[in-house]
Amino acid sequence: MPEMTEILNALVVFTNFVLIPGLAYGSQLALGALGVTLVYGILRFSNFAHGDVMAFGTMVTILVTWWLQSLGVSFGPLPTALLALPLGIAGTVLLCLVTDKFVYRYYRAKKSPPVTLVMASLGVMFVVNGLVRFIIGTDDQRFFDGERFIMKARDFKTLTGLNEGLAIKSSQGITVVIAVILVALLFWFLQKTRAGKSMRAYSDNEDLSLLSGIDPDKVVRITWIIAAALTTIAGVLYGLDKSFKPFTYFQLLLPIFAAAIVGGIGQPIGAIVGGYVIAFSEVLITYPYKKVVTYLVPESWAPEGLLQLLGTEYKFAVSFMILVIVLLVRPTGIFKGKVL
Amino acid sequence: MKLNQLNNATRATLAFSAMAGALILVGVGQSWALSLTILNLCLISSVMALGVNIQWGYAGLFNIGIMGFAALGGAAAMLVSTPPVGNAWAAGSWNILFSALCFVGTIVAAWQVHKKLKNSRFQTIVMIAVLVTGYMLTRSFFDPAVDAVEATDSAKTGFLGGLGLPIILSWPVGGVLAAGAAWIIGKVALGLRSDYLAIATLGISEIVVAILKNEDWLTRGVKNVNGLSRPVPYELDLHHSEWFISLVEKFRASDLAGLEGLAREAVLKEAITESAGVFVKLCYAGLFTAVLVIILTLCVLALNSPWGRMMRAIRDNETAAEAMGKDVTGRHLQIFILGSAVCGIAGAMLTTLDGQLTPTSYIPLRFTFLIWVMVIVGGSGNNLGSILGGFLIWFVWIEAEPAGVWLMNTLTAWLPEGNSVKNHLVQSAQHMRLVVMGLVLLLVMRFTPGGIIPETSK
Repeated sequence: MPEMTEILNALVVFTNFVLIPGLAYGSQLALGALGVTLVYGILRFSNFAHGDVMAFGTMVTILVTWWLQSLGVSFGPLPTALLALPLGIAGTVLLCLVTDKFVYRYYRAKKSPPVTLVMASLGVMFVVNGLVRFIIGTDDQRFFDGERFIMKARDFKTLTGLNEGLAIKSSQGITVVIAVILVALLFWFLQKTRAGKSMRAYSDNEDLSLLSGIDPDKVVRITWIIAAALTTIAGVLYGLDKSFKPFTYFQLLLPIFAAAIVGGIGQPIGAIVGGYVIAFSEVLITYPYKKVVTYLVPESWAPEGLLQLLGTEYKFAVSFMILVIVLLVRPTGIFKGKVL
Repeated sequence: MKLNQLNNATRATLAFSAMAGALILVGVGQSWALSLTILNLCLISSVMALGVNIQWGYAGLFNIGIMGFAALGGAAAMLVSTPPVGNAWAAGSWNILFSALCFVGTIVAAWQVHKKLKNSRFQTIVMIAVLVTGYMLTRSFFDPAVDAVEATDSAKTGFLGGLGLPIILSWPVGGVLAAGAAWIIGKVALGLRSDYLAIATLGISEIVVAILKNEDWLTRGVKNVNGLSRPVPYELDLHHSEWFISLVEKFRASDLAGLEGLAREAVLKEAITESAGVFVKLCYAGLFTAVLVIILTLCVLALNSPWGRMMRAIRDNETAAEAMGKDVTGRHLQIFILGSAVCGIAGAMLTTLDGQLTPTSYIPLRFTFLIWVMVIVGGSGNNLGSILGGFLIWFVWIEAEPAGVWLMNTLTAWLPEGNSVKNHLVQSAQHMRLVVMGLVLLLVMRFTPGGIIPETSK
């Protein structure tokens, strides 16, 4: 039997490398998937430009952050990017409304099949992707400033006397706090306010809601505004936590879609659950368990290999496999989204 | 209807003549070698666009994983043509074989569990047990094999190599590999919402490229496999071939006339070097044209057959076709496999032309979305249209970069040299072509949804 401290050490390692990163990544995915799912529920197409819109919002925020930094403005222990966020959101909202006016509205009025709208979103993706690369380039950008850690590994060690340290990055803390607040706000909005109720009605039955006097243009506008805000925040949080690179954001499209579909596309609650399911599967499957197991088993049993199920370079394969399983077993997703 | 068709034929003639004119202009203005390079890539792009058109134009299937199928074709080119690495085979072949057997065994066992224990409550538990055991067994053979193979002379080889067969065989093989991948994806995602197929293909293409990049024992990963064999003669061999020299003498008789001795030799040597490059590219162009013509003929025949009529019926009204007793999902699977196979063939052709497998060169914008622009702009549902789109868009894509840099240079000419804004604009000019392509796609979709050569209604 391993001793108590060994079990605690194993637990700390697990929390440090799996639980906390998974929680932060899951929150970022959930926010991204919420945007996809809202657009899907109201506008009824899968928005493939989502990843690049995310990159656009993050880019605007980074540019404003740099400008604020050059003015000597800072946000105390918090990253300056949070101050720049409102402007980033405003820029993204503007982008979404402009693309809706010039691209999507035409097909909506014509009642084109969803696949046409998807195709149009590919065109938008191209344009936004090109703009982002043109303005900020293709390189990695780090824009985190302020206090790096809420808790440092060394402080944790001296505090508890354990071998292993537990570090919580401020970006992770900020991510989770913001995600909780946003989700609460969103659900309050959808359930309690007039605009939120009209959105739900429109999503549920378009014709009936039009008969009841709901203004479809207003519903669509609100949807884009909310989706743009959520997307930008998700992008900025991801960038603070890791780094910003246009191509990475394009690749985030796959886990975000997987999260939305796993949860049940068109269902906000599903997007959140899906986000965590995808994030934790990704981290759990690509984490090497060697250290955790070494603490738990007798010394002679200690594993030689890394005990990693799948290399981190295949993390996209994880979201894909979950997506495939869901499509095979329960195509409507966990919370019965709209499909078929 | 007659008028419409005539109109289309005129359009096609005009458009293809303009394309030929543009290529000739590049040949005269820049160089013939460049013009032929563009032509070869135009031909490959056209084949890819044909593949996508089979899926989109005939059946309305939305595949955004073209990159993955092209990459499978590329892998096929490498695996078929590279000579096997003896030492690496000796070091790892048995373990690789065992791990492959374990892998297949696991899948079969899991399938049996799924079938036999359908209504049992132990199904999930047994399934997980089978999968975990199978995974561990596979890994226990696979890991040492990979280490052994990658350790053999890793600077030069470090991979198993291929079959050492003529590379041209890899074109059909690439098609078969891509068809296999398409079968798996189609089985999972067809019959559900149309955008699910799109997401699934996006996923598989990322995974295929990730495998090519990371499985060094198979493809050498990011270290690339260079010097693939060629289906056409090498320039160096041509320099010493009697028949080629006499051919050049005949063609360049006017240049050589009146020259004697050393002067003649020097001019002849230069002419031979230049012509050898052009000759090799012409050989490639001939091969690619042959493939394009064969596939196009098959496409036209298929489209005009009862099968093609059924496909259009399904595309235009799935519910009605289903009510008539057509197996919509089955037909969709068929056409999805066919189209992906064509993309695989094109991918193998591209790697053959490059002479190397570079996994990092597979980027979605170039391999997936550009092909989509080709299909939409050329005319979805029309085979000639897709080919024209392949030519036109590739030509614009290649020539847009120098044009963009020139434009930025002209626009910023008033700024002083070394100005940071100017430098940024000129350096980023290449990204503007993404914006241009996106705008072209959106504008064509909106204002001429049929493309340059629209589908003719029959």
